[in-house]
Amino acid sequence: MLPRTDASDIVIIGGGNAALCAAMSAAELGASVLMLEGAPKPYRGGNSRHTRNFRCMHNGPLSVMHDSYDEEEYFQDLLKVTAGKTDEHLARMTIRRSEECLPWMEAHGVRFQPSLSGTLSLGRTNAFFLGGGKALVNAYYRTAEKLGIVVLYEAAVTHVELEGDVAQYVEFTHNGQTRRLQSKAVIVASGGFQSDIDWLTRAWGPAAKNFLIRGTPYNKGKVLKDLLDQGAKSVGDPTQCHAVAIDGRAPKFDGGIVTRLDCVPFSVVLNKDGLRFYDEGEDIWPKRYAIWGRLVAAEPDQVGYSIIDSKSIDLFMPSVFPPIAADTLPELLTALGVPVKAGMATIEAFNAGCREGDFHPTELDGLATEGLNLPKTNWARPINKPPFYGYSLRPGVTFTYLGLKVDENAQVQGADGPITNLWAAGETMAGSILGQGYMGGFGMTIGTVFGRIAGREAAKHVQ
Amino acid sequence: MSSESIVEAVRQLQICDACRYCEGYCAVFPALHRKRAFADGDITQIANLCHNCRGCYYACQFTEPHEFNLNLPGILARVRQESWQDLTAPSGLARLFHSHGTALAATVVIAFATMIWAAKAIGSTGGEGFYAVLSHNAMVAIFLPAFVMPLVLMAVGLRNYWRRVGGIPIRVTDLTWAFSQAATMRNLSGGHGDGCNFEDEDRFSHTRRNAHHATMYGFLLCFTSTSVATIMHYAFDMPAPYPLFSLPKILGLVGGVLLCLGTLVLVMLKLNSSRDLGDARVWGGEMAFVVLLFVVSASGLVLYAGGDSAWLTELLAFHLGAVLAFFLLTPFSKMAHGFYRLAALTREAQLRR
Repeated sequence: MLPRTDASDIVIIGGGNAALCAAMSAAELGASVLMLEGAPKPYRGGNSRHTRNFRCMHNGPLSVMHDSYDEEEYFQDLLKVTAGKTDEHLARMTIRRSEECLPWMEAHGVRFQPSLSGTLSLGRTNAFFLGGGKALVNAYYRTAEKLGIVVLYEAAVTHVELEGDVAQYVEFTHNGQTRRLQSKAVIVASGGFQSDIDWLTRAWGPAAKNFLIRGTPYNKGKVLKDLLDQGAKSVGDPTQCHAVAIDGRAPKFDGGIVTRLDCVPFSVVLNKDGLRFYDEGEDIWPKRYAIWGRLVAAEPDQVGYSIIDSKSIDLFMPSVFPPIAADTLPELLTALGVPVKAGMATIEAFNAGCREGDFHPTELDGLATEGLNLPKTNWARPINKPPFYGYSLRPGVTFTYLGLKVDENAQVQGADGPITNLWAAGETMAGSILGQGYMGGFGMTIGTVFGRIAGREAAKHVQ
Repeated sequence: MSSESIVEAVRQLQICDACRYCEGYCAVFPALHRKRAFADGDITQIANLCHNCRGCYYACQFTEPHEFNLNLPGILARVRQESWQDLTAPSGLARLFHSHGTALAATVVIAFATMIWAAKAIGSTGGEGFYAVLSHNAMVAIFLPAFVMPLVLMAVGLRNYWRRVGGIPIRVTDLTWAFSQAATMRNLSGGHGDGCNFEDEDRFSHTRRNAHHATMYGFLLCFTSTSVATIMHYAFDMPAPYPLFSLPKILGLVGGVLLCLGTLVLVMLKLNSSRDLGDARVWGGEMAFVVLLFVVSASGLVLYAGGDSAWLTELLAFHLGAVLAFFLLTPFSKMAHGFYRLAALTREAQLRR
């Protein structure tokens, strides 16, 4: 027997952080809430499963966070990564509200810990979830259950009927049946469209067929597309996605954090023709890993090969798969599938361009090549000490930017003004604030802040 | 050649090492993140640090049905189990008793029969209370070797463990750290202090930690009770039976009740928890061991209450038989985990220096 689902005040589409924050906020104001999660239970939580921290403003020590991180600094950081593509009003509101979110998250079951090893630079700005995003999702589902929120898994929403400024009903499939629900309010928190490879290919171009999707395979953007087709206003560049360079052997979907590769600054990166194509040592890796997704996407077959020698093997966080190893460079190139003659010529030219100097793996050391048309401007050491190691690189998509336009009450905007009973939260509206680039832990901030607002507004509406 | 379990553990731990989300849960993760490549001894050490709280399993994005198919508590339980069987001689016996609850039960029956036989054949040369059934000297003659021999085997096992994990000479501070970790079961706190995930999937609770505390401290109180009585017997010429308000009786009574309750809760938890997150091959042996501990404590309490009954001989023989089986099986049963866990914590203290 299924729980009674047709009498809920509010239907929430999605099952990740933003959906859960909305559900709990609404239920605590007395509304009855039904969540429709498209994924089966083991995969519930969307991309929130793969997250690990929350970027939080604080004007003094707060929980596990030390010092302070004020609104201005936070906003300036956002301006840098988005190159100004943000809505300042919404962005500043999100930043300010993040501070009150952290204790709220703790009260709803989330446990934080000091920053993880390998991410020490984030200890002041980001609060890390003990156990990561899935632990957060689990804790929220437990709290939601206590609040009487009903959750249906494998409930894929296919349509939200808009009529004028009202969302009339939600249509979804569950247990092989198509069902229709009329609720007083609807909250959309079902992410972007990055797992719909066909859509991604139409938006980005044919290269997107070779992209790997780092997160959930369930974010196909069905509801997003459905609402945009019915005249809901959009934000964000419809052609763009956030992509980083990840281990080319990663699974097509859901490889998550462990597929990241941090070896690029200490390596030479060849394309499939055996040629270098970008300065591997341009800046420290946390500032550059995002552009390498695009760089590799622009190369033939969307693949790159990062090659290091034994001097560098312990300088970066290990990745999920051991590197391909060989005692000589030609053997390594063969194993990687790079043409040996061209690859060797590139590496020998690179090695010849390296000079003596001090090498500092953790800072810009200025150890640059000389006489190369394409220099490597930091950490340039010859690749000459066997054994040699190689990783293949592919673009790994984290999220897409296209989303629903919302106002500061998270209300979805239709062609002729706000839709009176429709709100949106999380990745599906984040393009308003994060128009370009990415900033660690900010997706969770947007989801939490707007999830809570959407839940509160929807609850007020149904009362 | 690494064993199949170790190869699989290395595969999983390399994925964990690239993720690190679970770093805050317990001692396993800092230990693993110190390493980049894993020798067999490292895996043995990490496996013996794991308290099977299961926090990492429920927090993991990569558990079944994900193709990475991580189940760290499960594979570490297998490695741990195999390490005990390898390190404890004779390993055939270890394999038998770890996996087969029936073998353990059979040992109890044989021990019971032995005690009945001893009571009938040797009997008593006078003496009060239990000594009227079986003389003190006869009890010592049976239990002293049954106590010492397993401890010798255990010591050999620990020496083998120490060699395998590359242990160095022990400092007092290593031991104080290890014993304080064991005394508080800090590794079952979940890192945040909400407990572990043994009771109800991803819900944190202290039930297992508390039940383990009751079992461990109950056992230690009972052990202390016997030790105190031994000292009273030999040093002060005060043989049993003792009155209710005496040190051996009070310690034994409190310990027995704690042990009874603790093991009962552990049995119930074990019945409901997922077998695949432990070593399913030895579920029966583990369960039999907990039940044996329950039987030891419950029969001891019954003796307290029913010391005057007509069934005294049978009751006493049953209790002593259970205790005898428990002692004999120490190196080959789940009891061994306490010794190896302390060794692993001591080694971890050294690696943290």
